[in-house]
Amino acid sequence: MWTFFHKLGSPRWFYGISGRWLPWLLLGTLVFLVGGCIWGLLFTPPDFRQGNSFRIIYIHVPASMIAMAGYILMAIAGAISLIWRMKLAEVAMKCAAPIGAALTFLALVTGSIWGKPTWGTWWVWDARITSVLVLFFLYLGVIALYEAFENKQAATKACAVLCLVGVVNIPIIYWSVEWWYSLHQPATLKLMGKSSIDPSMKYPLMMTILGMYCFYALALFLHMRAEILERERTTQWVRELTGAGAGEKKHAV
Amino acid sequence: MQFENFAALWEMQGHGPYVWGAYAIAVVVMIAVVWAPLARQRRFISEQRQAAQRRHQRQQQPIA
Repeated sequence: MWTFFHKLGSPRWFYGISGRWLPWLLLGTLVFLVGGCIWGLLFTPPDFRQGNSFRIIYIHVPASMIAMAGYILMAIAGAISLIWRMKLAEVAMKCAAPIGAALTFLALVTGSIWGKPTWGTWWVWDARITSVLVLFFLYLGVIALYEAFENKQAATKACAVLCLVGVVNIPIIYWSVEWWYSLHQPATLKLMGKSSIDPSMKYPLMMTILGMYCFYALALFLHMRAEILERERTTQWVRELTGAGAGEKKHAV
Repeated sequence: MQFENFAALWEMQGHGPYVWGAYAIAVVVMIAVVWAPLARQRRFISEQRQAAQRRHQRQQQPIA
């Protein structure tokens, strides 16, 4: 088990294995996300109350869900980097921040666009929306905090602590629609129990959620691979990979 | 298909600008998220190569 753990911590091993995953993740993104969106946009009936504006759900809900899941992932990576100083966890935490920020931004913007025809306003200081805005600022905070430190070891430690403290926001977002009177509609899709969403809307939505997870993994892997190459620039395998070591080896002999 | 023609799909009974606007923003943001690390990696590799070439040229020069 420990050899697996050490292997997992090895940037070189991760670079190799993630490279093999990339085409499949791209395929998953294209099939599920693009396929689900086309299904949702063209083939599902309009909502009886919201009309066609509900079709924004197929990006809004996946983006919001994965923005939250991504935060949890970032916090777990932060905890691992604090406890075991695992290089790969540090890379994962740093790389999760910009992707999470982008998805949270997407959730806020699409929600705002959905709000205009549905609620008649672009923005309200509602519990759900405000807590997601806090999530966005937490992501930006992690990025800014990391850049603020000259010493990257200290930066990683500070970011990990911020990630862990910020986790408190996740249950607040999740239950905000139930705890407070909110303009935002409560969850219609439930893992356990009966969903209040019509099956014709549910299946494409589940497809886009799955597709968004593929997209997230794809984006995270790409960011991590770029980061790993830069961090490991002095190692032999990166020099060989970039072709930087080839010229020297001949002369070293 | 829920819409009779492309005009109806575009219009979405008045909700077209909202729906298509949201999707357009999603496409732009998501492409940017994937493109950024790819561009960074490409830049890094070409920098490393150039640095190696410079080192190589320096080694080739005869010591004066």
